[in-house]
Amino acid sequence: MTDSAFAVVRAGALTTVQDLGRPGHAHLGVPRSGALDGPAAALVNRLVGNLPEAAVLETTLNGCAVRPRSTILVAVGGAPCPVTVDGRPVAWGAPVHVPAGALLDIGTAVSGVRSYVAFAGGVGVEPVLGSRSTDLLSGLGPAPLTNGAILPLGSPMSLHARVDVAPQPRPPVELVLRVTLGPRDDWFTPEAVRTFTSRAYRVSSASNRIGLRTEGPALERALTGELPSEGMVLGAVQVPPDGRPVVFLADHPTTGGYPVIAVVRPSDLPAAAQAVPGTPVRFVAVRRR
Amino acid sequence: MRALPVGDSALLVEVASGEEAQAVHAELLRRRAEGLLSVREIVPAARTVLLDGLTDPARLASELTAADVPPAPPRAREVIELPVRYDGPDLADVAALWNVPEREVARIHAATEFRVAFCGFAPGFGYLIGLPARYDVPRRATPRTAVHAGAVGLAGPYTGVYPRASPGGWQLIGTTDAVLWDHTREPAALLSPGTRVRFVPVADV
Repeated sequence: MTDSAFAVVRAGALTTVQDLGRPGHAHLGVPRSGALDGPAAALVNRLVGNLPEAAVLETTLNGCAVRPRSTILVAVGGAPCPVTVDGRPVAWGAPVHVPAGALLDIGTAVSGVRSYVAFAGGVGVEPVLGSRSTDLLSGLGPAPLTNGAILPLGSPMSLHARVDVAPQPRPPVELVLRVTLGPRDDWFTPEAVRTFTSRAYRVSSASNRIGLRTEGPALERALTGELPSEGMVLGAVQVPPDGRPVVFLADHPTTGGYPVIAVVRPSDLPAAAQAVPGTPVRFVAVRRR
Repeated sequence: MRALPVGDSALLVEVASGEEAQAVHAELLRRRAEGLLSVREIVPAARTVLLDGLTDPARLASELTAADVPPAPPRAREVIELPVRYDGPDLADVAALWNVPEREVARIHAATEFRVAFCGFAPGFGYLIGLPARYDVPRRATPRTAVHAGAVGLAGPYTGVYPRASPGGWQLIGTTDAVLWDHTREPAALLSPGTRVRFVPVADV
């Protein structure tokens, strides 16, 4: 590690360190964690010449501001937002040099929820079980950013060809989530399954890194007993007693006792990470591959 | 045995009992150790084993349901001993539910050999089984907002030890100084599925 680092000037609503997460430890109760919008995190890493596993910052709605101690290459992507260096607008979605001691401000998202900030060399906090990700469910990894905190940066590597600009998908106006039914769709009435796959839901403001919560018609259960705890996958659509589907995101619990009516295709989850509260959601049943 | 598809790359193997789940789990670990099974996660639970990160779940499903799963191998693993003081705030309630004196709760609990059926709730939290069914207890009607690290609790058929302070609804019967989870240690988790556990009473200081 070098002595390069940055100071947090404005932590924002919730800014965490994220990388590819720590899959492979679910049997010990350890969530996978990792960037919710994986493609956006991978892209900003590419823009500054990092490997895909480098740790980035993930902001929530209102960005953050940091002051690097040495001159560094950064890139901001994911949710589109204004980016300034010492008050002057700079490019979003492209590599930007930030002089030592200058203030890099990532503004409020114009659309979408989570912006990603890559630093050449990556955020260099100590890994836990092979990952630098903040896990909000279990508390593993570094704490969310706080004003005044100093975070170390890794050594930049210039092995990779950089890209100057790259297209990024727009945050969804309507969130369409393709699902395969099961494993516990038989715990619901046939009408509830039809409701789930045909009616409109909305993203709830209670959503977080653990799950995308929804508002909409409640799903009625056919079986009322208690399901013994069972293993949960990323994208599982769990239905708690209030009947409103919850889509499990990266910090989801590894086991759970509410029935899973369906599982969202992993490739649809990055869009779920960018859907602001109130966004219409449709669950579309597809055949298993 | 049923093998339920979960999304496009996972399989939930469902069996009738905890013993069968243990046998299936042991068999899947054996297959992975021998290079016969490529999978990212094997997550045992009460009546199921989840396999996540499979390339061809349908093929594995038909293999598993066609094969006879041998019973779980003999208990070869060492016993982890957890020092415990039976001083929990719910000891009297548990004694009443068991219809025995408080001392007897400690004696019965300490005389039992437990096994980690599965983990969950928090890193390093194991669901330990071993007590006969007549000692099942309900969760507390109102969960505590704070339970300290090392608290030993009972819920349903399970005994568990809180790896860190958290809210919790288990009936607390004791306290251990054992460190259940330390991410700087290898392995980080003291207990993992299949681990044998004994609680060893220590005198109050």
